[in-house]
Amino acid sequence: MSKKIHVQTNINGLDVDLLCESRQSLLEVLRDVLNMTGTKEGCNDGNCGACSVIVDGRLIDSCLMLGVEAEGKEITTIEGVAYTHGLHPIQQSFLENAALQCGICTPGFIVAAKALLENEPEADEGRVRHWLAGNLCRCTGYDKIVRAVLDAGKTMATQSKSES
Amino acid sequence: MMAEKGPKAKALAGGTDILVQLRGRRFFIDRLVDVKGVPEMNELSCSAEEGLTLGAAVPCYRIYEDDTIQSLYSGLVDAAFLIGGIQIQGRASVGGNLCNASPSGDTIPILIALGASCVIEGPKGSRTLPVEDFCTGPGQNVLQDGELLVALKFPPPAANSGAHYLRFIPRNEMDIAVAGAGASVVLEDDKETIKSARISLAAVGPTPIFAEEASELLAGRAASEGSFEAAAEAAKAAARPISDMRGTAKQRIHLSGVLTKRALREAVARAQG
Ligand SMILES: Cc1cc2nc3c(=O)[nH]c(=O)nc-3n(C[C@@H](O)[C@@H](O)[C@H](O)COP(=O)(O)OP(=O)(O)OC[C@H]3O[C@@H](n4cnc5c(N)ncnc54)[C@H](O)[C@@H]3O)c2cc1C
Ligand code: FES
Ligand code: FES
Repeated sequence: MSKKIHVQTNINGLDVDLLCESRQSLLEVLRDVLNMTGTKEGCNDGNCGACSVIVDGRLIDSCLMLGVEAEGKEITTIEGVAYTHGLHPIQQSFLENAALQCGICTPGFIVAAKALLENEPEADEGRVRHWLAGNLCRCTGYDKIVRAVLDAGKTMATQSKSES
Repeated sequence: MMAEKGPKAKALAGGTDILVQLRGRRFFIDRLVDVKGVPEMNELSCSAEEGLTLGAAVPCYRIYEDDTIQSLYSGLVDAAFLIGGIQIQGRASVGGNLCNASPSGDTIPILIALGASCVIEGPKGSRTLPVEDFCTGPGQNVLQDGELLVALKFPPPAANSGAHYLRFIPRNEMDIAVAGAGASVVLEDDKETIKSARISLAAVGPTPIFAEEASELLAGRAASEGSFEAAAEAAKAAARPISDMRGTAKQRIHLSGVLTKRALREAVARAQG
């Protein structure tokens, strides 16, 4: 066991102080240190996107970032997507479109979709497919996922229009 | 910090190669130094007069989201936009792609085509060398213990110039190049004659290849299919590929020709504006 390092970070809007080993990935820190198991491990080498999180506004694979690099960052994980009063439109849309089967890829897809739709709710199918190319799904065949994301985008676009 | 541990210390930029390699136990190290905190490594400055200075640790997304780079160095944007997926582009740097020295590194041919040079700092001072002299073998580069790549410097784009990088992969995204080609051209004021060109190939040799003969034979020739064809033949002759699970040597030689032609066509179209 190597010496543990103190990291101060912000996860889903909450300041977090944690201790981790220098070799641990952010994914391991989330799952094993913080018990936030919503973020999934698929490949552990950057190919599947199951571990997707948003760091300082950027979508990344948490298996390819070290936990110690989280110092001073703002991180959003799947646990931070739903509202206190209910599901996020992307989550709702995944349910309505039956965009999941086994579900292991789903947190990654939802976080990835959030990173896209918050900036570009009107992203078209080509853009959505390209954006999600770093997320793999062995079950659904992708089509329902793409529909779900496009539908969620429409909802989010109308919501932001009615708010403004 | 690096020199102290000699070969047992390595730089960490975006981590998209090194964390995978460490986890795969390809090698063992004592110290990983995060270079993203070094200001020079994060520099990104671009203008038509000064050219482009690209800090070694700047992630791909910062390149393709920059309007000035998009208009002045669209060939570099081609390469930055096709590395991995969005998650990888959020972290992976061009400097790391070059230092990793994979024969299939997608940014390296366009760096060579654009005439970029490496700014290297180490315990013995700094030195600069052309990108085509940086990689020495698969996964090998010229850096000595304690030396770091600080930045890549690109000359200002010449008048009537254009560049393009493309690769062949069996999927649409998220794959390693079977072969790739980058080209840059400078046209005469008539926009019909090639003044000079640089062509470079990926994944068809132990290092990315600067196809010098293919580049030089274009000087003074018409920017036409016949010239592109001649350059493509010379590029095929420069390729020294192996056969592996991604493709055979024969297919790769063929691809070197096809991709060279396509890269030239697009580079010329961009130069003609
Ligand atoms: C899923 C996935 C898909 C990918 N797809 C592609 C692709 O399509 N095309 C492609 O070309 N690549 C691809 N890659 C690899 C690509 O992400 C890397 O080559 C990346 O560009 C390396 O940059 P980095 O910042 O992540 O480097 P790191 O992993 O941090 O470092 C890479 C190497 O360079 C050294 N290094 C880094 N910076 C410096 C420096 N400043 N000075 C000295 N040494 C340094 C490190 O010690 C290490 O040995 C992919 C990777 C993954 C995981
Ligand atoms: S677990 Fe991180 S990309 Fe697969
Ligand atoms: S639902 Fe099973 S992997 Fe996507």
